[in-house]
Amino acid sequence: MSAENDPAQRVAIGISFGNSYSSIAYTTGEGKAEVIANEDGDRQIPSFLSYVGGEELHGGQAKAQIVRNAKNTVAYFRDFLGQEFKSIDPTAAHQSAHPVQHESTVAFKIQDTEEDKENEVTVADITSRHLKRLRQSASDYLGKQVTAAVVTVPTNFSDAQKSALNKAAKEAGIEVLQFINEPVAAVLAYDARPDAKLADKIVVVADLGGTRSDVAVIASRGGIYTILATVHDYEVTGLKLDQVLMDYFAKEFLKKNKSATDPREDTRGLAKLKLECEAVKKALSIGSSANFSVESLVSGIDFTATINRTRYDLLGNKLFAAFSRLVLHAVEKAQLDPLDVTEIILAGGNAHTPKVAATVGAAFPESTTILAPSTNPSAINPSELPVRGAAIQASLIEEFDLEDIEQSTHPMVTVTPHLSQAIGVLCISGEESSGIFHPIVDAETSLPVRRTAIIATPREGGDVLIKLAEGSRHIKVTKPEPKPKKEKDEDDEDDSDEDDESDEEEELREKTWKVGKILSEAAIRGVKKGGKVEVQINIGADLGVNAIYREVGGKGGVRGIIQGSKAANGSA
Amino acid sequence: MATVQISLPLPVLPQGWTAEKDFKPIGSLSAANDRNIEPVGHHFLAHARRKRHKRTFSEDDRIQAQANVKKVEDEDDGEISEPEDPLMLQREAKDWKGQDHYAVLGITKYRWRATEDQIKKAHRKKVLKHHPDKKAAKGGTEDDQFFKCIQKATEVLLDPVKRRQFDSVDEAADVEPPSKKESQKGNFYKLWGKVFESEGRFSTNQPVPKLGNDKSTKEDVENFYNFWYNFDSWRTFEYLDEDVPDDNENRDQKRHVERKNQNARRKKKTEDTARLRKLVDDCLALDERIKKFRQAENAHKNKRRLEKEAEQKRLAEEAAKAKEEEARLQAEKEAAEKAEKAEGKKAKEAAKNAAKKNKRVIRAAVKDGNYFASGDASASQIDAALNDVDAIIVKLDNEQIAALTAKLNGKKDAAGIKQVFQEEVKSLIAAGKAQEGELKSLA
Repeated sequence: MSAENDPAQRVAIGISFGNSYSSIAYTTGEGKAEVIANEDGDRQIPSFLSYVGGEELHGGQAKAQIVRNAKNTVAYFRDFLGQEFKSIDPTAAHQSAHPVQHESTVAFKIQDTEEDKENEVTVADITSRHLKRLRQSASDYLGKQVTAAVVTVPTNFSDAQKSALNKAAKEAGIEVLQFINEPVAAVLAYDARPDAKLADKIVVVADLGGTRSDVAVIASRGGIYTILATVHDYEVTGLKLDQVLMDYFAKEFLKKNKSATDPREDTRGLAKLKLECEAVKKALSIGSSANFSVESLVSGIDFTATINRTRYDLLGNKLFAAFSRLVLHAVEKAQLDPLDVTEIILAGGNAHTPKVAATVGAAFPESTTILAPSTNPSAINPSELPVRGAAIQASLIEEFDLEDIEQSTHPMVTVTPHLSQAIGVLCISGEESSGIFHPIVDAETSLPVRRTAIIATPREGGDVLIKLAEGSRHIKVTKPEPKPKKEKDEDDEDDSDEDDESDEEEELREKTWKVGKILSEAAIRGVKKGGKVEVQINIGADLGVNAIYREVGGKGGVRGIIQGSKAANGSA
Repeated sequence: MATVQISLPLPVLPQGWTAEKDFKPIGSLSAANDRNIEPVGHHFLAHARRKRHKRTFSEDDRIQAQANVKKVEDEDDGEISEPEDPLMLQREAKDWKGQDHYAVLGITKYRWRATEDQIKKAHRKKVLKHHPDKKAAKGGTEDDQFFKCIQKATEVLLDPVKRRQFDSVDEAADVEPPSKKESQKGNFYKLWGKVFESEGRFSTNQPVPKLGNDKSTKEDVENFYNFWYNFDSWRTFEYLDEDVPDDNENRDQKRHVERKNQNARRKKKTEDTARLRKLVDDCLALDERIKKFRQAENAHKNKRRLEKEAEQKRLAEEAAKAKEEEARLQAEKEAAEKAEKAEGKKAKEAAKNAAKKNKRVIRAAVKDGNYFASGDASASQIDAALNDVDAIIVKLDNEQIAALTAKLNGKKDAAGIKQVFQEEVKSLIAAGKAQEGELKSLA
């Protein structure tokens, strides 16, 4: 009834709707995101719908139908939504119901009723049925009717696609509170952990999905996220990894059964091969070897084989390398260096594969943390990242009016100026040539911003000079020295010690700061021995800087204002 | 955001460095890039709040803090704000059965909705205010009657069983159903909604469906009335029991009172069920939506029936038309046949007459032609000529006779007449109708 739109009565969940899998999550009273398992016990619910004699099967049950009832099974339809027929790529749906043109949209010809006739069901209807099932699963689990959701979408989802998805969701009885970008949801899932510390960092979210892979470079500044660059790829995908395994096992099969037909040329054989290969791939993420076993693969011949992880790593090497190139490419697109990247979050089902994490990790310096199950025991399940983020966001905005949410997500609010240069202080020496720049506010921080820093003073105390300056990051490349010194320095990369070296034979790259424009000078007089100075910088959206300097524990202090440069630059 | 810790020491102030208030602005920031920030996370929400209300960081911090503090205060003074009735304060503790426990604790606005927590808080507040020791300290009497009332009220309300018994008979929470007149004035849903909300507190099945409004679907409305006609109530009337004498002297008396109580409870329960049923009946009778749905249904049904009838009528009309048409065609055909027949007869008659006339003309012509003889004809000649002409006439059909007559008409000379006859004989011979030499007189 009318209560459904009442924010107080709302039950909101997070939905991650993917091409291959979807998932649903809610936030518990303690603010922890929990992924909901459907009635089959799946937390990763295949985005499949299948119709058998008028009965609708969903998720894993529908996926199993791909072998016997491929024509009436709809799969991999997310990217078709809100698109014109001419602009969709139907490759992934080759083994299930084929998309056909229907007026200006895409539809599937399936027998979805008991009658023996094919109906054209539009992709919007399919989506709405899929979401309805997800909603039902969530409602059953929570014991109350779910009425609203935050839905994750890829960063390149167009407005038309979003509005189509919104419509389909409404049809399914779900009020979409907000669409959030998948990579940002993944970052949010990590940042919402109770032990997470707020820090300025550059995060790369690399999502190796079933039908596509997406990489996003995100600047996380005090919990505010800005996407700096994205890369999308439809070639390096999980399905391609399955294909590699399928080719391998098909060849093995033909080796053993010389006279048999190629299972890849038999529709049913291909479907069986594919399902089993996906299972094998998942098993190889956990164990070091996996069994492939299919009954009656082709013309009644059973086939069993074993594969170990090394073999799989070799087979998929090309794709893994391509994926890590993709990640590097995204970093490059953001005009950053691998050294700038603090964290790489691996998302998507294929991120379970240890080799993916290893390959990406090898392409980045050691200072970069790879968040994947194989490299980090505390990592969140990569398949659940977006949905967890969505659930957290849902709990945050659940009580707001739709209008309020709309206003808050309006470009008036979201478009903000970002610092183009880092701002920091000069340490050790006030001279630009010999002083060492230490950033307080990093580049790409959204304005307005407020930051505080506590800086050490010379051992004997006394009067100190605080010089605020802009700094730009440089990558210093040093050729390997003939006799490298042993170094145990493991400071975080912000400490750009000059003598940071390692004993690898490669050229050494490190991050250094170059002092740019000097902004202001200030003095604190009579600092006690071993005292510290606190600097608080407020930068307004007009680029005006309000700085407060005082000794920690001391009285008074110095205040200063640097006028916003917008006006100043106008005349210059 | 955690503060940035910098371990490198700051430079020493150079000799002779001076500035007004020890601060010297030198440059300004480089131009900024405009980028979209992602609208997620509570840090973004804070950002949005600041931006939309044009607050600075410290302002926002202060306002948020104040908002949080206020909430707590609101909750606190919400419960003690109810005024205490001076009459109530003079109650005797032994009459506790008659007291309104919610009023005693000052939570009449919650009543059956009051949570355990609210009751406990209210109790604490009342205790602080009415503690007999405090009164005594103020120099008043040691009157602890109302304090006992408070304790009793808390005892009842914090015991789920006793609380249900009290709630069952808590008349102050009842909402009287509006009269027919009142509910027809347009606030049917508002007035009855309250009634059902209060009745709903006795339902074992929660949540109770709401009355809804005039836009509710048929399904919702049906669901609502079904619920209320199958209402499962936990309401009991033990609270109104007569006190059972607990001295062990008279067992019979005790049993009698118990039995009486049982009967009274049963009777009240039955009455209550009947009351509720009547209430729902009344509401149903006044509910405009039922009428609306029935009308819609009837309209639907009627529409179908009318359509069907119209169709039948049309078919019948068509059939009648077809029949009529057929009959008409038949009649026309018959008339035509009849006319044709009559025409034929006439023509025949005419032809006959004409033939007769023609024959007469021919015979007369024979006479005019002097019986084909030269000079006076002998009797035998006459006879032969007449016989031959008759034979010709027999051999000719009506048309030929007519043609012959036409030829003979106007011929007066015997030779011409004879020639005509001879030609006729020739043509007859040529047609094979007569033999040569048969008609001698015309040879």
